[in-house]
Formats: sequence, structure tokens, C-alpha cells
Amino acid sequence: MKDFRYIKNVTTIELRRDQCVGCGACETVCPHQVFTISGGKAAIIDRDGCMECGACALNCPTKAIRVSPGVGCAAYIIQTWIKGPEKAACGPGGGCC
Amino acid sequence: MDIKPFAPACGCNDEQKMEHKGLTSFTPFILSSPALATDDTPCCGPPAGPASSPHERAGYAICPYVDGFVMTTEGFAPRVKTDLSVRDTLSNLLVRLNVNRNTHKVAPGLYAVGHPDASSPVLVTANYKLTFDHVRSHLKTAHAFILVLDTRGINVWCAAGKKTFGTEELVNRIRQVRLSGVVSHRNIILPQLGAAGVSAMSVKKQTGFSVIWGPVSSQDIPSFMADGMKARPEMRRLSFNLAERLILVPVELSIAAKPAVMALLALAVLSGFGPGFFSFTAFFQRGITAGATLLAGVVAGAVFTPAFLNRLPGSFFSIKGAVAGLVLTIPTALAFSRSWGISGFLGLVFVSTAVSSWLAMNFTGATPFTSPSGVEKEMKRSMPFQIGAVVAGLILWMMSAYK
Repeated sequence: MKDFRYIKNVTTIELRRDQCVGCGACETVCPHQVFTISGGKAAIIDRDGCMECGACALNCPTKAIRVSPGVGCAAYIIQTWIKGPEKAACGPGGGCC
Repeated sequence: MDIKPFAPACGCNDEQKMEHKGLTSFTPFILSSPALATDDTPCCGPPAGPASSPHERAGYAICPYVDGFVMTTEGFAPRVKTDLSVRDTLSNLLVRLNVNRNTHKVAPGLYAVGHPDASSPVLVTANYKLTFDHVRSHLKTAHAFILVLDTRGINVWCAAGKKTFGTEELVNRIRQVRLSGVVSHRNIILPQLGAAGVSAMSVKKQTGFSVIWGPVSSQDIPSFMADGMKARPEMRRLSFNLAERLILVPVELSIAAKPAVMALLALAVLSGFGPGFFSFTAFFQRGITAGATLLAGVVAGAVFTPAFLNRLPGSFFSIKGAVAGLVLTIPTALAFSRSWGISGFLGLVFVSTAVSSWLAMNFTGATPFTSPSGVEKEMKRSMPFQIGAVVAGLILWMMSAYK
């Protein structure tokens, strides 16, 4: 996936290293290898690779990672503008991305 | 719904296939097949077909991909074939063309492949039939259980984003199929892309089952299992190669088709207006020109951009789409619009390039690497230009009729 890069400096991901226990869950679940474990703690090594799926934050035992998760889909975002985030669905006719 | 398949039930098509290796409580309460008359001679007409399988139940049909039933301590689990039939392949092909996509699903619950026993692994997946078929077709030599979650017929990745492939559904499904009775171990294997919806800690706390994160792609399941349930780094990475992009194109096109046809009609009607108010000759002649250019824009945004995604310049999809749009619509407009001058040419290029840019931007939803913050940013930046180009293009195109 290194040949596909999306817009830089937009991701909302935040790692608080002081809260990290170095379990490595984030490194395992991230499909874009944003994290690595170094010196017993997680570190962000590819910030712009993050697509804000939220897997790391959801699986972090100490809530050391924060990200505003969501779906990177234009059709979905339009719906959040029109109908609000609760009623939005991706794709027309209740289908999906 | 109290539909747990318990006894009385047995030996579907052939009782010999029934496996109960390693399970002690196999005490099938067998209904012997309704005693066939000792002399099989039918009273009239052709010979009677086989007797109904005791696994058949009133109001239910046994799915064609089920080839038997496996006894577990908690009842029977349907065993699924690991070879896809022509029918499976055909229906999966149709789904790729956006036919029956919203109803292409299997019933959630516990399935089996091979001859699993209480120590066999449990793989969790979505109830999108395409996903389910991928998983079972990669379990040819395995003896395992497949726990299918109700993701409303949506793939793991998208369902995880919506939390239907989520902690709550997984916990409930583990309880519903009484998984802790079916297997003696306490591990479940989840696809890595399900991590956006499932908190492994929470599942462990609520059910006692530990989540093992499996590979991203089901084709790596055999080597993941061979390596002792370890995914190598390359199995944890997403890919988005040319074939993986092109397979999405028919759905993109079919989603674009309806608005594109409406835009085409509107553009053709607009093309009819001119000095003599409305002319059917112009409607056809100018309409065909406009239609061809618009079509080039649709192809640029929904086919060309996905195909050359990594080659087109820009990080914004809208820019990639605009570039693709210019490349395809300029020659098309030149070929068709000579008689309508520079204003006609520019008008059509503006409109069609905006269409291409818009469609390309919508492709963000089909990719596995765009962040919502990024998509929102590019939409806010690009939409004013896209709308502006359409308005300006339409004005120029209308003006070209009054040269």
C-alpha cells in the first residue's frame, strides 16, 4: 500500500505514549502499519498512512490512542451533511461501499 | 426465535458422512427413514424419489452449498462445501455487476467445513455470500467451524466500520450458537479487517473467548493455519492492485448509470434549445455530441481513474479524476463538436471533466486507504470547482447554439 498515499496531515490519530503499555495490539490490527513497538512502547511511524478506521483505538487496552473514526467515503460524507451522522449510510439504496 | 437445530434429525443425504469424531455425546435420536415398503415397486408412474432427509424441516430449505450435517455437543452444524459450484460463481459474478447485491447473504450462525471436533478452530466471518464463499473456498483441507455474523449481507471491512461486524453482534452470536459448548478451547479467529468493529478485550471479558487476529485476505488462511495461527507481516497488509481495483468498476458504473442517463437526457434537451427556440434536429445532433463527451467523462471517472489510480497525479481523487477527464473528454469533444466552436467545445469539456472529477471522488469509498478527514477535506475544496465547472460549462454550451 506504500504506492497509494492519500492526503497528508489530515488524520486525527493521537498516541499518548505515557499511557501505552506496549502490548502491540495497535501494531497487529493496523492494516497500514502506522505503528511499531520500540523501546517497549508503541510509536507512530507512518502517520499519513492512517485511514482513521479506528481499529487501534478500539483495541487499545489503556485508551492511549485517540482517533475520530469513520468511513472515508464521499457518498457517506454527503449523507452526514444532509441527514446527520446517525442516519447516514454508504451507497445508494442502503447498499454499501 | 427458537430454531436451534437439535434432534430429532439425522443423516441427510447419506448417513455415512455424519462425523462425530472426538465428540462423546453423539446420541442421535434417529428417525429411521420412513420404512420403505419392502417391495419398492411403485404403485403407479415412475419410481418414487428418495425419502426426505430428517434434516429437512417444514418451512426451511437446505442450502445447495450444504453437503451434510456435523454433530456437535450443542446440536448439528451444517457442513458446507469448499468447492464453489457454477451457481455460486455465477451469482458472485452478478453481484460484482451490482445485481442482487443487497440480498446476497447467508443465514448467520455456526457452520462447519471438513470434520471438525471440539478442538477445531473457529473462524469468524460476515454473512455477505461473496465473503462467505471466499472463506469456505480457502478451507479445502481444514477441519474447522465457521461462525457467521449477521452483518446484513455486507463485507467484513464495511461492516466493521458500521459495527455490524462488531463486538455486540459477535458476543451475542457466540452465545446464541453456544460456542463454549461446541468447542473445548477458548480461541476465535477473526479477519484483521474486523478490528475496526471488534474490541478483542471486550469479547474476552464478556465471553471468555480470546480473539486471534487472522490475515486480511481469506486466501492467506491456509498458510496462516499451517504456521500455527500466525499471520506473517505481508498477510497483515492491505493491497489494492489493478485486478482488485478493476473488479470494482462495474458496480461504480452501475451506481453512476442512473444519474448519468438523467444528466444525458437533460443535456440533450438543453442541446435542443437555440435560435429557433427548440429544434429537434439540434436536439439530436447537438445531443449526440454532448452525450458522447459526457460518456467520456463517465468512463474517465469510473473506469480510467480506478485503473490508473496510482499513476494519475495529485493526492485528491477529484484532481486525479479531473486529469483523467481532460485526457478523455478533450479528444472526444474535438471529434464531435467542431461545428459548435470554441464555446461549445469548452462547455462540453467543463461539464464532462466535472463529472469525471465527481465520480473519481466517489471512488474514495471503494478504496481501502482514504481517511474520512481527507475525503471531507477534498470534498470541501473540490465541490465549489465541480459545481462551478458544470454551471459555466452549461452556459457556454447553450451560448454555442447562438454563434
